[in-house]
Amino acid sequence: MKKNRILAVLLSMCMAMTLLAACSGGSDETQAPATDAATEAATEAAEGTEAATEAAGGDEGTGTASTASGTFKIGGIGPMTGDAAIYGTAVMNAAQIAVDEINAMGGIQFEFQPEDDEGDVERSVNAYNTLKDWGMQLLLGTVTTDPAISVSAEAYNDRMFMLTPSASSLDVIDGKDNVFQVCFTDPNQGSASAQYIAENNLATQIAVIYRNDDAYSTGIYNTFAEEAANLGLEIVYTGTFTADTATDFSVQLTDAQASGAELVFLPIYYTPAAVILTQANTMGYEPIFFGVDGMDGILTAENFDPALAEGVMLLTPFSADAEDELTQHFVSEYQSRYGETPNQFAADAYDAVYILKAALEAAGCTGDMSAEEICEALVAVMPTISVDGVTGEGMVWSETGEVNKAPMAVIIENGVYVTP
Amino acid sequence: MVFLSYLISGLSLGSVYAIIALGYTMVYGIAKMLNFAHGDVIMVGGYICFIATTNLGLPVWLAVILSMAVCTVLGVVIEGLAYKPLRQAPSLAVLITAIGVSYFLQNAALLLWGANPKMFSPVVTGTLKLFGGQLTISYVSLLTIAACVIIMVGLTLYINKSKMGKAMRAVSEDKGAAQLMGINVNRTISTTFAIGSALAAVAGVLYCSFSPMLMPTTGSMPGIKAFTAAVFGGIGSIPGAFLGGLLLGIIESLAKAYISTSMANSIVFAVLIIVLVVKPAGLLGKYVPEKV
Amino acid sequence: MKKGKKINGAVLKDYLTYAAVVLAFIVITVLDQQGFINNSTRGLLVPICCYIVMAVSLNLTVGILGELNLGHAGFMSVGAFSGVVASLSLADAIPSPVLRLVIAMVVGAAFAAVVGLLIGLPVLRLKGDYLAIVTLAFGEILKEVINALYVGQDSAGLHFGFNFRNNISSINDLHMEEGAKAIIKGAQGVTGNEKLATFGAGIVLILITLFIVMNLVRSRSGRAIMAIRDNRIAAESVGINVTKYKLMAFAVSAALAGAAGALYGSNYASVKASTFDFNQSILILMFGVLGGLGNIRGSIIAAIVLTILPEALRSFEDLRMLIYAIVLILVMIATNNPRVKTLLGCIIPRKKGSSANE
Repeated sequence: MKKNRILAVLLSMCMAMTLLAACSGGSDETQAPATDAATEAATEAAEGTEAATEAAGGDEGTGTASTASGTFKIGGIGPMTGDAAIYGTAVMNAAQIAVDEINAMGGIQFEFQPEDDEGDVERSVNAYNTLKDWGMQLLLGTVTTDPAISVSAEAYNDRMFMLTPSASSLDVIDGKDNVFQVCFTDPNQGSASAQYIAENNLATQIAVIYRNDDAYSTGIYNTFAEEAANLGLEIVYTGTFTADTATDFSVQLTDAQASGAELVFLPIYYTPAAVILTQANTMGYEPIFFGVDGMDGILTAENFDPALAEGVMLLTPFSADAEDELTQHFVSEYQSRYGETPNQFAADAYDAVYILKAALEAAGCTGDMSAEEICEALVAVMPTISVDGVTGEGMVWSETGEVNKAPMAVIIENGVYVTP
Repeated sequence: MVFLSYLISGLSLGSVYAIIALGYTMVYGIAKMLNFAHGDVIMVGGYICFIATTNLGLPVWLAVILSMAVCTVLGVVIEGLAYKPLRQAPSLAVLITAIGVSYFLQNAALLLWGANPKMFSPVVTGTLKLFGGQLTISYVSLLTIAACVIIMVGLTLYINKSKMGKAMRAVSEDKGAAQLMGINVNRTISTTFAIGSALAAVAGVLYCSFSPMLMPTTGSMPGIKAFTAAVFGGIGSIPGAFLGGLLLGIIESLAKAYISTSMANSIVFAVLIIVLVVKPAGLLGKYVPEKV
Repeated sequence: MKKGKKINGAVLKDYLTYAAVVLAFIVITVLDQQGFINNSTRGLLVPICCYIVMAVSLNLTVGILGELNLGHAGFMSVGAFSGVVASLSLADAIPSPVLRLVIAMVVGAAFAAVVGLLIGLPVLRLKGDYLAIVTLAFGEILKEVINALYVGQDSAGLHFGFNFRNNISSINDLHMEEGAKAIIKGAQGVTGNEKLATFGAGIVLILITLFIVMNLVRSRSGRAIMAIRDNRIAAESVGINVTKYKLMAFAVSAALAGAAGALYGSNYASVKASTFDFNQSILILMFGVLGGLGNIRGSIIAAIVLTILPEALRSFEDLRMLIYAIVLILVMIATNNPRVKTLLGCIIPRKKGSSANE
């Protein structure tokens, strides 16, 4: 980990160097920045203009007072130890990449401070308070849903702008005007999955296995079940498990098989999903498995046999195999720094930093503004901006904090995502 | 037929619990301490085997032996550094130290091997199809059950026949008297930890073959379950740990199948409570009447 | 003569403890008003109060009754959820947040005491590690049962449902009127909680807890409880009703834990049953053991130190929990190894006559 950090510093220095080299070379296109605003900022930096103070913000033409400058302090909260460490670590790693890239571009500067919350409500609020002492102006987090609900209540009272990359429950944003999400909300995913299955006639007899002590999983399941009933899909079997019983699914799979389900819907994270796929394979049970964005990352689990995931379908906003320049740049950068393929959590966090940048530029915030001032300014501009990122093009936000982007259905073939 | 397949999956899960519980029960019998770090030794065993097969490309049997060796050393080192200085201390102090060791192992694993879960490839693959394909049993299940029986028989023989086994029984009966008879108590306790940890490595490999997600926190749940199993059967008793483990696995599997998948743990624990209320020293535990 | 003096000394010490708690409250409040307390410390005040109450109440069972309890967080959970249900369902009827917090804590304590009695009756027949494992089992069962609990409120009152067999998957399955309020959403727990807890309430709860526990220990019942701990058979032979006193200690301990749980639950916008798991029980046990079994002041200090430690170690980032584990092991060895103890004794001379058991 320590080594990673040193590596990170070195790499960011390298990047700054390349950028400088690009300047002298006079080339216009340098990195593959994530937002339109960022492109302009980089272009201008490359043209030698004064440190991108002119960086145009609002893509929707709201850029009346669009000058953002100075250094902003972003705090990050997520689990970096404990059961959910994989998600928090991915978020913090990716956010660090984005921050380094933005800093290397010139223009507005970010300081990023990640704090560990072990996925626990109490620790998360502690981390939030610690970050406030550090002088945090913007909050990137919390990664997991339950801590996010408590932290967002604190952030709402303090008027601290909060952008969560991955806490997808509606309760996180409900009634809090200053909390925004990068990921889909749970209900959104549940109904989108049911619609996709119905529209493409994938199956009519469906089994669901979900984790019923988890807000994310239960939230998706509930809307999926509702929407499925509307669309005439029949849920023939519902299996549940909890964190403590996520190691053995033979019973659920046997029942699902006996119920004659042609498709098994798995609104769960990829760690238990990988166990399900392995055990289904051992049993010789081969239905269509259909996942949601939590399923992304299954191919990155070390030593996972991609053959097991052959034919698995999932709705995800991010695919590490996507051909576009933005994704490829992000994935290769992440791989070279951390030796792993980024999952959707990382992608959401990477976008989140660029979204913050775009919003700050659109609102014309300066680094010396207080957290409250920045919060009010950003709340006003968030519904007006549109950002292109690795998890979607033209992401826009409603005033309630929900993101609107297109989910993409992919199918895993030969260990890579393919659009069906 | 479906019932039979649930029963077999319960048996193989129970066998893993039994192997872990054997480690708990031996250490308890001799050192009179609850070694809460035992579950995390399982996790280390899993990781070592994973690295040996995946990263070093060693054959499975060699990987298992390597993992046993590493865990044995680890067990002896933990005992020597953390528990030995507390030989005279109250049992709760040792318990808290064991919890400290458990935190240490989990966080050290997180730093060493990262948070990204690793998919453990089963040590054996394939399934046995019986009754014209109506009943499928994976070879891992068979191997687990076989390993459990072999370990159980071997351990019973070792405890009853060998000199060290005799010493273990003596120490567990009366530490002071055993010392007076010339038994090296410290060495006996170290040996117990060595055996328990080697068994934990085997359990780790089997557990991960069955449930392939390997994470730094992988060991904690089977650890708690095996501890339950050891008490269920009567802590300190080797056949008790065996019986407790198997029963726990079967109850868990059947409760999941026929009652509720999400309440399975509660049902297991409820059965445990009922058994203990009826038989306060566990199924095979010795009930020692208090002397006045 | 000698005995009388000792009791006086002990009572004086009790008063000093109360005074120290009140003084700590005044000092922290004044410092806070002057702006000397940072956000991180301020945020820790309420959890520390809860953990102090948890540690002291656990010490009643583990230190004073002498029975190991590995499921104390279960009572905290019962208290937290019943307290939150009470405070949220009365939100319209009683506007005063202070009053609602008090009601929440009383309801939490009452529910936890009832659960404590129900669990205590069968459990206290057992001894030692068997009792410990049964408390662990009850803690896990409570966690799963609360995970399955749905509570909603409409004009007809509160509605309850248990999702034991996938029969309820959302609050809608409770069949309530339109516009009903969801209070507990099964495994998602409470998500729309109101933050009622204050440091002052925490301090009052600590004072009440200290008052109850210290007076219980000094009372006839307390002496009976300690007699059972030291020698059950001897205690029984002089006519002490073992079951009664064991149950008493267990229920009082559970009730205090319930009140602490209600305070804890009222401090966060979301409360989830899985927060109160085995690890939480162990954490509380650590406070009790590290502070010295039966030593109430020790528990308070241990609860404060061990709650602040992981936060203070934040600057170590990745190594934080590793260092925490090492510190824990070293402290246990340092305080319990006779050789290290004598070594420390040479450096720091121990005060004479300080009694280990309070």
